[in-house]
Amino acid sequence: MSEDVEVRLTVNGDGYRVRVEPRKTLVDALREDCNLTGTHIGCEHGVCGACTVLVDDRAVRSCLMFAYQAEGTSIRTIEGLADADGTLHPVQAAFREAHGLQCGFCTPGFVMSIVALLDENGAPTPQEVREGLSGNLCRCTGYQTILEAVDIAAATLRATSLEATR
Amino acid sequence: MSATTSPPAGATPRYIGQAVARKEDPRLLTGQGEYVDDLSLQGMLHVAFARSPHASALIRSIDASAAKELEGVRAVLTGADLNGDAHEMKSSYEVLIGSVGPVLEPLASARVKYVGDPVVMVIAESRAIAEDAIELLEIEYDPQTPVIGYETSLANETLVHPEMKTNLASVLTSEPDPALDRAFANAVHIVQETIRQHRYINVPMETRGLIASWHSGRGEMTFYSATQLPNEFRTFTTRLLAIPENKIRVIARDVGGGFGQKAFVGREEAAVLLAAKRIGRPLKWIEDRWENLVSANHAREELVHVRIAFDADYRITAVFCDHEEDIGALPASGTSLTTGQMVGMMFPGPYKIPHAGYSTKMIWTNTCGRLPYRGPWMMETVAREIMIDIAARRLGIDALELRRRNTITEADMPYTSATGMSYDRLSIDRTLEKVAAGIDFEAFRIEQGEARAAGRLIGIGLSHLVEPTAAAGGSFGIEVANIRMQPSGYVDVYVGTGNHGQGTETTMAQIVADTLGIEYEKVFVHDGDTDMVPFGGGSGASRTAVLAGAACHAAGAELRGKIVQLAAHYLEAAPEDLEINSGKISVRGTPTHFLEMTEVAFKAYNDSPSLPPGMSPGLEATARHAADGITFANATHACIVEVDPKTYRVKVLRYLVSSDCGVVINPAVVEGQIAGGVIQGIGGVLFEHFAYDENGNPLTTTFMDYLLPTAADVPTIEYAHLETPAKGPGGYKGVGEGGAIASPPAIVNAVADALGMDLPSQPLSPSLLFAMVNRAPTS
Repeated sequence: MSEDVEVRLTVNGDGYRVRVEPRKTLVDALREDCNLTGTHIGCEHGVCGACTVLVDDRAVRSCLMFAYQAEGTSIRTIEGLADADGTLHPVQAAFREAHGLQCGFCTPGFVMSIVALLDENGAPTPQEVREGLSGNLCRCTGYQTILEAVDIAAATLRATSLEATR
Repeated sequence: MSATTSPPAGATPRYIGQAVARKEDPRLLTGQGEYVDDLSLQGMLHVAFARSPHASALIRSIDASAAKELEGVRAVLTGADLNGDAHEMKSSYEVLIGSVGPVLEPLASARVKYVGDPVVMVIAESRAIAEDAIELLEIEYDPQTPVIGYETSLANETLVHPEMKTNLASVLTSEPDPALDRAFANAVHIVQETIRQHRYINVPMETRGLIASWHSGRGEMTFYSATQLPNEFRTFTTRLLAIPENKIRVIARDVGGGFGQKAFVGREEAAVLLAAKRIGRPLKWIEDRWENLVSANHAREELVHVRIAFDADYRITAVFCDHEEDIGALPASGTSLTTGQMVGMMFPGPYKIPHAGYSTKMIWTNTCGRLPYRGPWMMETVAREIMIDIAARRLGIDALELRRRNTITEADMPYTSATGMSYDRLSIDRTLEKVAAGIDFEAFRIEQGEARAAGRLIGIGLSHLVEPTAAAGGSFGIEVANIRMQPSGYVDVYVGTGNHGQGTETTMAQIVADTLGIEYEKVFVHDGDTDMVPFGGGSGASRTAVLAGAACHAAGAELRGKIVQLAAHYLEAAPEDLEINSGKISVRGTPTHFLEMTEVAFKAYNDSPSLPPGMSPGLEATARHAADGITFANATHACIVEVDPKTYRVKVLRYLVSSDCGVVINPAVVEGQIAGGVIQGIGGVLFEHFAYDENGNPLTTTFMDYLLPTAADVPTIEYAHLETPAKGPGGYKGVGEGGAIASPPAIVNAVADALGMDLPSQPLSPSLLFAMVNRAPTS
């Protein structure tokens, strides 16, 4: 085993200084060292997408990245999406409205992937949405209501940005 | 208690039937869920298992000296160390109906029987150190020839369990029936075929896991668990540790799906409980995905030799279902003995069949054991519905028409099947007509002809089922609700379920809010903590809405009765003249003269002198509901697929479900259950296959090999609901499993229709479909 290394992480705007083994993955560091357990582990081999977080605004599978690789980046997790007063992010609100979750285990990963997807493309076609979400697995919903949630969230975000540009 | 049906007397349902937002969602959407791996206890250690790399081998020796010396390792335990601590390894099902096979061991001690069999348990300061230590173990095996393939297992002289003397675990056969034999002898047409399905598995997104914490001073075991059945886990642990159940607390906070996999305590979980008691520090084991795929038990691998007899008008006169299933090396509870027989008993399903017989064999192999997966007996629908299409093709009659001629109609209700299943208030003929109209069969045939002329292969498939939902036996036949209106007027509901995605906190609150006449926001449902809830069966087998719903109705009606009595006393009115609306109790017709429910609740606890003579203080009621026979629901599915003539990739173009699950509590929850099940079935037929090679090595041990359907693969599901209330309280029939039961044959039938050939085996992956098409005799 190698000696522990010190890593500085910025997660949801908060600074963390953690001592971890060099082999520790980002998802383990978030869950165990930053106490942010909303990011889940579903496969540890980069297929299921449950561990998706945003690293410098890009969706990343945090099980395929070492914690030390995230030094100096800005990380956003499910815990950092809602407003301080508890108001849900439009993607979270859309999931609630559409019943886009059942057991909820895959949900944080989906929500983060959709935030990144809609940030990149505010008006995706149905095919772009399906392909954009094909890196996240859900075993409960059959994806029906997740796809509805994306439509609702996209419409809300478009309306909000229209409002902002007025 | 008298059985009340929805809506309760004097109240207008405001929430039942509405897609109200779920109570679970705010925490789950913000990363505040508490799945077992999200919890940590002071001083907690971590567990990893060394597992067998062989399908069958004798364990010669285990040298753990190097592993024990690794810094951070606290213990290394083998079967020889640990198994003697296990008092009894039996589920309540096995206590009730018996079990097959050898006595279960937490860790394999002398012989390993499948790849993934747990052999050594390492306990360390972190999971990473525990896994490092596993690399340092020296386990010497003497490999044996494994038994692979249940279809040849019975003829194999090699035995999975040498002490059992045979690879046949069990056989159950219906009583000899001369009338059945005569029906076959007098048949105008007999169609027979062997229908097979392959091994595909539950795969919840959260794997299994637990934290076990032993308090030696109190003699108490606290067991945080990803479980569907908290009380079953508690009573299992009572037998395992030989300590009173009063000293065991099972807590399931949030559970990330199960589909049957988390219904019974696994061997690894038993090993962790035993080790936690021995070591005296909390132990956490979280299964990784490889472990979950190779060793969390499997499902579905089975066949039925089907024989169907028809008269000259293509009416079915008799069926025989000769079933064989692969139960692997060590079957889990809740499958095999019970579900194998259910395949035979449910085989007649939605059709009027005067004579039916069955046989079911459970066969050992050196593969991972079998467990319940969403509709554990679903091979009856798979085999029957694929067979109906094969019969239609061979007899030259349309598959829809063949079903119409044989379907049980509403006029036939109540109906008892040839195997003794009693159906009532089903709408089997109506769901069939709903999908036939919705998918427009006649128009499709025209479109199909035109498509074929243009070189496109499109096909239509139907599937038709009667589903036994809530069981009537064992702990699954009962459920409990304890309802307390607190002094503030807020309500707590305690149910014995194990919510793992079904939205029980929401749906049970809808029922109680309507039953009491108060706001949904004031009702809080609790389950999953055995120190908090009374004994109940848990969540599985499509039972929660039916039985927990019924218990909520009964306890709610009793509590409402007391509230009304108390209010009548204060209002100086007759109880029968009162009504409750949104938490206000008034004399009917004078809505301005009312008592707030909160006032009544406050007085019930704080002003006992004001209570009517003889009334006990407080507002609380408990109801235990025992199922009055099995509850049944019905559904028909239809789908249209296109097969790429070059790649043999199947695309589902349309998928329509008409389901009658009785009274719908929350349509979004119901549609969510149907959709999830349908996509699991589509995945099972088109993508998923847990494969072994001829030496018993698993070949699909990651999500890159075991392919789950993604958002890019699934159709948009269309619904055409019917709502025929059941006779039980609330009128609920259950809906959890039907989607996963009916969808596989609908897909198979559609692909077979597109190709114009029989497809008696699965999966229908492009390569296997190509092989089937190219070895089929050309017509």
